[in-house]
Amino acid sequence: MRLLADLFLFTGALFTFLAALGLLRMPDVYNRIQVGTKAATLGALCFFIGIGILHPDWWLKLVVIAGFILLTNPVGSSTIARALYIAGVKPWHVSKQKASRVITAETREGS
Amino acid sequence: MTMLEMAAGLLMALAVLLGLVRLVIGPAAPDRLVAADTLAMITTVALTGFAVWFDSKLYLDVALIYGTLAFVGIVAIARAIEGSYS
Repeated sequence: MRLLADLFLFTGALFTFLAALGLLRMPDVYNRIQVGTKAATLGALCFFIGIGILHPDWWLKLVVIAGFILLTNPVGSSTIARALYIAGVKPWHVSKQKASRVITAETREGS
Repeated sequence: MTMLEMAAGLLMALAVLLGLVRLVIGPAAPDRLVAADTLAMITTVALTGFAVWFDSKLYLDVALIYGTLAFVGIVAIARAIEGSYS
C-alpha cells in the first residue's frame, strides 16, 4: 500500500516537473498556457490520490482541494488566453523556410 | 521517507526552479503571468506534500487558501493586461 501511494506521489511530481519543463521549452505564450494547465492539473490529481492512500482520514479536505483545482485552473487559463487574444498577442507560426527544412530532415532520416 | 518520496520531492524542487527561470527571463508580461500561474499550481501541490512530510493536517488548509488567493490574483492581472494592451 505504501508502494502504491509512493508511485502515485512520484507520478504526480513527474507530471508537475514536465509542466514546468514545458513552460521553459515551449515557443509561445499560448503553448505555455496549455502545457502549464493540463500537465499540472493531472500531476496535482495524481499527487492527491497518493496522499489520500497514505493518509485515508484526510480524504475530505483532499477532495475539496482537488475539486477546487479542477474548477479554477481551466477558468484561470482560459481567462489568461482570452485576455492575451483581446490584447493582440499573436500566435506562433513556423516560417515556411524552417518548415521545409524540418520536412527534408525527416525524409533524409527515413531513407 | 522512502526513495520514491525523495525523488518526488526533488522533482518538485526542480519544477519550482524551472518555473522561476521562466518567471525571470520571460520576455514580456504575458510570459511572466503564465509562469506565475503554473508556479501557484506547483506551490499548492507542494504544500499538500508538506502536510505529509510534517504530518500536520493544517497545511491542507494553507494549500486551499493559497490556491484561492492565487486564482483571484491571476484573474486580476489577466484583466489588467487585457485592458492595457488595446
